[in-house]
Amino acid sequence: MEVSSNNKISGIFIVAALVLLGVGMLFGVIGGVQYMIPGFLKDSFSFEKARPLHVSAILFWIILAASGALFTYLPKHTGKKIWSPLLQKIQLGLLLFTVLAIFISYFMGWFGGREYWEFPPILSLPITLAWILFIINFVKSLGGFSKQPVYVWMWMTGLLFFLFTYLESNLWLIPYFRSNIINDMTIQWKSYGSMVGAWNMLIYGSSIYLLDKIGGTNYGRSGMAFGMYFLGMYNLMFNWGHHIYTLPTYGWLKQISYFVSMTELFILGRIIYEWKKTLSVANRLGNHETYRFILAADSWIFLNLVLAILMSVPGINVYTHGTHITVAHAMGTTIGINSFLLLAFAHDIFSGDQYSYHYHPKGFNLGFWLANVSLLAFWLSLILSGILKAKWQMTPDAERIPFGEMMIKMKPLFVVFGVSGMVLMMGLLILVVNLVRNSKRV
Amino acid sequence: MRPIIKTIIITTGVSLFLIYSGYLYSHLPRGEKPLNTLADQGKMNWQKYNCGACHQVYGLGGYLGPDLTNTYSKKGADFITALLKGGTPVMPNFHLDDSTIHTLVSYLKDIDATGKSDPRTYTINSDGSIQQ
Repeated sequence: MEVSSNNKISGIFIVAALVLLGVGMLFGVIGGVQYMIPGFLKDSFSFEKARPLHVSAILFWIILAASGALFTYLPKHTGKKIWSPLLQKIQLGLLLFTVLAIFISYFMGWFGGREYWEFPPILSLPITLAWILFIINFVKSLGGFSKQPVYVWMWMTGLLFFLFTYLESNLWLIPYFRSNIINDMTIQWKSYGSMVGAWNMLIYGSSIYLLDKIGGTNYGRSGMAFGMYFLGMYNLMFNWGHHIYTLPTYGWLKQISYFVSMTELFILGRIIYEWKKTLSVANRLGNHETYRFILAADSWIFLNLVLAILMSVPGINVYTHGTHITVAHAMGTTIGINSFLLLAFAHDIFSGDQYSYHYHPKGFNLGFWLANVSLLAFWLSLILSGILKAKWQMTPDAERIPFGEMMIKMKPLFVVFGVSGMVLMMGLLILVVNLVRNSKRV
Repeated sequence: MRPIIKTIIITTGVSLFLIYSGYLYSHLPRGEKPLNTLADQGKMNWQKYNCGACHQVYGLGGYLGPDLTNTYSKKGADFITALLKGGTPVMPNFHLDDSTIHTLVSYLKDIDATGKSDPRTYTINSDGSIQQ
């Protein structure tokens, strides 16, 4: 059963998210220029401001767009409207207020938190409250959990685990957890590793819903879908240790992570096995802009999963850890997988009956191909930078050049990274502007 | 897939996760340490000035600047103090007062005492695992 109209607020979530994607890209490009020109804007807008502005804008792009997609697809799945539009409005208001407060604090140089959430910790309160309202609204709108397809399970898993890991990431506020750096970093990366898995659950859940819808399939109720979901869930809970293989923490924790991470080989095998089927659907839906983003994300999943599995082998991780290969993986997954899937949802939502969306093949193709080709150049330049840094890290002291000299030697790769980042921003901005202009309700 | 199987898998996974988390919280890798007040102030200043945006500790953080895990034992307190006072061609001068610098040096000393971040110190086993 389908509900013909989603509410207006769901669309506002997506538009706000798209604006944040554009803003995040702009700060990312400034950060990229600071790699190409060391000391650029050092005294007015240095990297310690540009980086968190970029990261926070992108994190809230993911959170808001994933929320907007869920609020749009859930009523279509249940056949009922969202339980409380008022709670939705409060959630949106709290998140937008927090984003604004975070931006102001970063511009003013008021930090206090840690990597990825560098803002003063008091701002965690409205985020937590917004998320609790989200869970309440989701559960009430769903009605019941009996005989639900896999995407509902994934949404619920993502919602609950995000709340848990977000609270966990704030445990450092208690002196017991932060009195030793090893204890502190173990808990920090436990929470961050699982948190990424949580928002992946929200996004992948919506993508399964969407694929079933546009492909006319019922994959979301199949045993294979549930098998893959359980595998993903166990990875979410137990594979985070690969972030801290080189931290002198518990060895058993790393062994568990190594073992669980290797189960991702099943996912990789399945992608390869299903490739032909994906291509046959692609032939059928090749001109469908939503499906094209899903197909692009599929290719990026393959590339980044291979990279992730390699990095999850401790003996390889020793080389890649602390290098730009980690950044390549983070960027490849955030842009190539998460952002492309979220853009697929945005195209799907705004091409619905309630919006004035008009497909402009030229503009779409330009944005789509600029984004994909530049992302590949961007990703490869980071991997090559990482290989050079890994080589430097392993060089004996007597032969090792100072850090600053090593960074200067890597400059040609940083130029590729910076320029491809600019092209990537242009490609994504074309898509974002087109989507925002077409988001008027009719 | 039968509902009962789904319930068993979910319940087992979530229970294991909660036990795992609870165990880790109550048995932290380095045990319960008394708070070193000066180093703790240094940690707060590290976060206040967002040092982690450019620097890494144990390879985690930003990559514009070097890893600082063992800078204290390699370069010494005076070297760190001088850099923090004047900045570098890439790092801004944050105009830190002496007491703030003192806490940051103390924090770096505290980190340095916990281990080595140098990847060259690891032995790689044939099964892909590592030992330090």
